[in-house]
Amino acid sequence: MKKTLPYLLLSLLLVVSFVTNISLGSVSIPLKDVLLQLVAISSEVEHFNYIITNYRLPKAITAILVGSGLGISGLLMQTLFRNPLAGPYVLGLSSGASLGVALLILGAGMFTSVLGGMIYSSWATVIAASLGSFLVLLLVMLMANKVKDTMSLLIIGLMLASLTSAVVGILAYFSPASNLQTYVFWSFGSLGNLQWNEVGILMASLFAGGLIALACLKNMNALLLGEKYAASLGVNIEKNRKLIILATSLLAGSITAFAGPIAFIGLAVPHIVRQFFKTNNHFVLFPCVILSGAILMLICDIVAQLPGYDFTLPINAITSVFGAPLVIWLLVRKKKMYF
Amino acid sequence: MTKATKYLLNTQELSIGYQGKNLVEVVAKNIHIQFQEGELIAVIGVNGSGKSTLIKSLSKIIQPIKGEVFIENININELNEKQLSNLISLVLTKQPISKQLKVHELIALGRHPYTNWIGMLTQEDKRMIQKAIQQVGISELKNKSCDELSDGQFQKVLIARALAQDTPLIILDEPTTHLDMYHKAQVLHLLKSIAASTKKCIVFASHEINLALKMCHQIVLVHEGKIIQGSPEELVQQKVLHQLFPENLIYFDETSKSFSVRV
Repeated sequence: MKKTLPYLLLSLLLVVSFVTNISLGSVSIPLKDVLLQLVAISSEVEHFNYIITNYRLPKAITAILVGSGLGISGLLMQTLFRNPLAGPYVLGLSSGASLGVALLILGAGMFTSVLGGMIYSSWATVIAASLGSFLVLLLVMLMANKVKDTMSLLIIGLMLASLTSAVVGILAYFSPASNLQTYVFWSFGSLGNLQWNEVGILMASLFAGGLIALACLKNMNALLLGEKYAASLGVNIEKNRKLIILATSLLAGSITAFAGPIAFIGLAVPHIVRQFFKTNNHFVLFPCVILSGAILMLICDIVAQLPGYDFTLPINAITSVFGAPLVIWLLVRKKKMYF
Repeated sequence: MTKATKYLLNTQELSIGYQGKNLVEVVAKNIHIQFQEGELIAVIGVNGSGKSTLIKSLSKIIQPIKGEVFIENININELNEKQLSNLISLVLTKQPISKQLKVHELIALGRHPYTNWIGMLTQEDKRMIQKAIQQVGISELKNKSCDELSDGQFQKVLIARALAQDTPLIILDEPTTHLDMYHKAQVLHLLKSIAASTKKCIVFASHEINLALKMCHQIVLVHEGKIIQGSPEELVQQKVLHQLFPENLIYFDETSKSFSVRV
């Protein structure tokens, strides 16, 4: 009973934040109608029905997927590198995606009209971001074959990140202001741009990444002793490392492609969960990170959409504004970091 | 020696060292050593003599330059990580171990090779963990977090983890560094009694030459590229210990079977 209580609480919190998330927005919809809509799949008021099915529900589900996916990839990276500062993007995935999107938006501006028409198609952005992170991933995997030392891989990831952001900087320098603004808006991240079919694709690739991560959990527990001990316990270090990288790429790569480079959640959620649950056992951390990531993202989205107002704040700003003080408070209060 | 003698570990024509692209650095060659079950064996030598290289080569952390290592007459290069984890367990120093692990969690990780994909501990696993905790005598530490332990206690926890892995061979790299004289003797005494009661073969690299000479069944002396195995008495008779250190500072006293400093 004592063991299942935290999971029950987290699940309850998830349901509450999910319903709250859906009931709040620029158009005020009474809670009764929201619940009716969610349970009976139809509400008495026609336009409520439309808003919920086509806007709020896909956005709330995206928030859940993004939060849990980034949380898990952060957890994977923190354990793989045995480094509390690692997050989903340490291998340069988001920089790769940024470069792809920058080339599309800013590059297209430079070479004018040919690609111009595609810029505002969301699929073009998704494809550019996926290609960008995939190429960076390919590079990292090639290096992972060459470099035997996991720590060098961390540095290589950081180097690739600064390399790509330098290229983005050069592109930005030569771009007209309007294109620059489009790019900056993309880099703020957004949960609300996804159609149902896109939500489906995101869900499928997160499911695949999650399954691979699940298969790695036992070996990640062994990695808590360091790579040498893990190897002596029968873990194939290189194979395990590649699986973890693959899972992270599927999770963080597809999220960045669909929702932009969403900061902070991936780094913070594993820390928040460790502080609360005081464990390093990945079989406990995994479900808790999924639930907490989803909850945190839903709450951030509630704050970002400024209930009652007509515009939304960039989600990237909110995750940090909301999350950073939470992590700081947890660490100061407990005095000791759990890692 | 005939093939009939069953060794837990033996080597043939083994050369150890490090291989780069165009350069091979041989640390020691022509190594023929044999370990049997129930023995406590110390690998001794001065700093930089190649103790660690030997230990790493025996446990397949690094590949030998030439020759083979056999465990229970099987070449270790024919074993995968999983099979090897059922034969050798390690106690290492300076590993980035998560210190927030509880003592019993860390020891339970020793059962990793035997558990299913979600790491579920069976009754047998729990029994082995309990037994390991009792053998090392750390029942009172079971629920502590590893960062609350002293160096000596933590060393015992690592030894318990190796015991829980339930392998016929345990290899320890410098298990007594950072420990005071009492705890050094205590750890070695513990290893000796475990070797006797469990019939496991326990091999450790150490600087504690005096203690090793008094407590071990067999000594593997690593000195200037040569590796000599024998019982402490044999090594004393062969007078190989005399040249271990420069004699103007440290000399070997045959009557007490120990090294002393000239004053």
